[in-house]
Amino acid sequence: MASLKSPPERERHDEPGPMVPEPFVVRSKRQDTSDTWTLELTSVADDAGLHFAPGQFTMIEAGGSGEVPISISGDPGEPDVLVHTVRSVGLATQAICKAQPGQVLGVRGPFGNSWPVELLEGRDVVVAAGGIGLAPLRPAILAMIANRERYGRLVLLYGARTASQMLYVDELERWREEGFEVHATVDSAGPEWLGHVGVVTRLIGRARLTASFAGLTCGPEIMMRLTALALADFGIDGEQLYVSTERNMQCGIGHCGHCQLGPWLLCRDGPVFDWQTLAHWLQLRDV
Amino acid sequence: MQALDELIAHVPTFAGLSEEQLKLIGGCGRNRHIGAGEMLFAEGDPADHFFLIRRGLVALEVHAPGRGPLRIETLEHGEVVGWSWLFAPYRWQLDARALEACELIEFDAACLRGKVAEDHELGYQLMSRFAANVISRLQATRFQLLDVYGKSEVTA
Amino acid sequence: MAELASCTLEREAFDSLFEALERRGYGVIGPRVRDGAIVYDRIAASSDLPVGLTDEQDGGHYRLVPREDAALFGYNVGPHSWKRFQLPAQRTLWRGKLDEDGNLSDIVEGPAEPERLAFLGARSCELHAMGILDRVLLGGSHPDPAERAAREGVFIVAVQCSQAGGTCFCASMGTGPTAQSGFDIALTEVIEDGRHYFVTAPGSDAGRELLAELPTSAAGAAEEGAASAAHARAAAQMGRELDITDIRELLYRNYDHPRWNEVAERCLTCGNCTMVCPTCFCTSVEDVTDLERTSVERVQRWDSCFTIDYSHIHGGAVRQSAHSRYRQWMTHKLATWIDQFGSSGCVGCGRCITWCPVGIDITEEARAIRASEEAVHAGAR
Repeated sequence: MASLKSPPERERHDEPGPMVPEPFVVRSKRQDTSDTWTLELTSVADDAGLHFAPGQFTMIEAGGSGEVPISISGDPGEPDVLVHTVRSVGLATQAICKAQPGQVLGVRGPFGNSWPVELLEGRDVVVAAGGIGLAPLRPAILAMIANRERYGRLVLLYGARTASQMLYVDELERWREEGFEVHATVDSAGPEWLGHVGVVTRLIGRARLTASFAGLTCGPEIMMRLTALALADFGIDGEQLYVSTERNMQCGIGHCGHCQLGPWLLCRDGPVFDWQTLAHWLQLRDV
Repeated sequence: MQALDELIAHVPTFAGLSEEQLKLIGGCGRNRHIGAGEMLFAEGDPADHFFLIRRGLVALEVHAPGRGPLRIETLEHGEVVGWSWLFAPYRWQLDARALEACELIEFDAACLRGKVAEDHELGYQLMSRFAANVISRLQATRFQLLDVYGKSEVTA
Repeated sequence: MAELASCTLEREAFDSLFEALERRGYGVIGPRVRDGAIVYDRIAASSDLPVGLTDEQDGGHYRLVPREDAALFGYNVGPHSWKRFQLPAQRTLWRGKLDEDGNLSDIVEGPAEPERLAFLGARSCELHAMGILDRVLLGGSHPDPAERAAREGVFIVAVQCSQAGGTCFCASMGTGPTAQSGFDIALTEVIEDGRHYFVTAPGSDAGRELLAELPTSAAGAAEEGAASAAHARAAAQMGRELDITDIRELLYRNYDHPRWNEVAERCLTCGNCTMVCPTCFCTSVEDVTDLERTSVERVQRWDSCFTIDYSHIHGGAVRQSAHSRYRQWMTHKLATWIDQFGSSGCVGCGRCITWCPVGIDITEEARAIRASEEAVHAGAR
């Protein structure tokens, strides 16, 4: 009841509230796959991007078609531009993906917590990404590469549906040169694909992982569950595995209730959790 | 040059077998080189051998008329190609093709089946190890069937 | 504290309270009758109050019936709560312009500075509910500026319950029936021996100043005794009870309890409970554009965890079944809320029971789950 008669100190009312978007202009745009685009944006006000930590997201919208949570996929060391990789799956994401250079979009954020890249310094780290789940992991990968000497082995396991659905194909080779062991696989392939075919968890057995590793994973929930199981076989338990979660985030600030998972508001308390913390709640049905 | 029984002792499928058992299995094997694009075996052929990959990448494929080869899975060094040799009617259910030049050990299945018939302990060991391979690939296949990247996808 | 420095205000002089509030520029919101129910809306005088009425409440049942006296506050809570003034059922978050290429510009936050309001007739459970909503909307790192502006100026006249409704269970939730703090003035209505008066107590300096302007007299022992008796009567009449001992752990242990299936067979997933609940805070937003798409406004509306869309993610809704949606609501109120916001989300007002079309009773559901565990333990002995 203490808050009742003594609400928090009044903020300056000329500061916009947390639900008000800031105009950002599309600087460039690149098509990654048949349904996924990467946009680079800068603020109309100061021609800069956003300072963010790897794993954080923004709420973004185009042309009055509704707002969606999208992870930031840029380089945290280069906050002069805001980078988002967006898959066109609904009305709002379709409008964002259609935006052309020069178009002004609305952005709120950044929101949420981040991948524990600093906590993991001194460790071996395996990054397991499924599909567009590589986008939220890209800032963590770039942050670890920027401080390559602070980590032991760095391993990326990346699974996609097909070769043409793989993100950042040009970059995978560069990451390899910069100290990541990169293993990629696709669920199905034609004769033109000369890499691995099979699900991403099959890569775990091939990457010579040990209990010294910590993991970061992002992808469809089923993929992350199976990844957690497979990593446990190599002694990497749930406390050493960090996942990025998804529910129906609508406000980004813990006010709208939509992204609840049991005791957590994923937008406020996440999106990054250690697997141990979440496993019980994800195993319950329909929570 | 290393003897085959020493080579296979470090492969997950054979790890933990006794020296004697490794010698029996190694005795049925020979080194083989296969060029990129060549077939290891084809669907419907008698399964009278199987392979251990020492180097290279092998794909398991199904050929569908009009659609060409559909690649189901790939296998790499340290992994065993083929289990149909251990189960009647001993026929391959898939095509196996080398995606790059491969160094393989080819095992003579008829030879090994003969030894297993006499030595049930060896038979049990091989059965449980190949069953574990079957299970892990079945689980992977079920996961593959879910096509998780297709529909239920993270936006984040 | 409420018992200290109390005064009496006669019924005949009650409208002086309205006058004092108006002099200070408050718009007064309080109980009045509309469409057969007591709602919270603008009122100007005591004659606007539900004089001489009470509310009969039970699971799925609400009727206004006449009282034998002319009490001004002789009822409990109706379908409205003060939530609608903290977090409006619909509001515009911002407006902006769109050009033909879909570019967004001229974003203006709305609405403007709110009117200063006085809440007249807030009950103890409702004061607790306001505090809970404050923690949700103001307690985090991104406080809601509109809610804060709405809350900062509010003057609260609490009314102590002198009777409990048929679905009330605030006593067991520790939220009532007597308000101890969180108000500017608290009133206890007394009608006895032909006299109708209010025992008043200030809860803030602003309340003390305002009371000083009213034609009150110091309360004597008899009058204070009558007020205390009224409070005790309400506590004793409490229609229902919810045992909150380790309630979070109890529910966390029972996500797979068969009781959820049983309640799901009755639950219509209509969301009434969430609309009437004074703490349910869920909202959704929609972008509304004009026909030519030259302007856009983002509108926020109350949402309910009982809708399928509520838990939508790509690929479908997480909570497809009535079972999972009722479980989400009840475990949120009584268990996960504690982890999320540091207190229960339930204040025991009983609205969800009264306004459930099929009379689902949260106290009964919690009791059934607890009883089944006790039966198992008893069986084990």
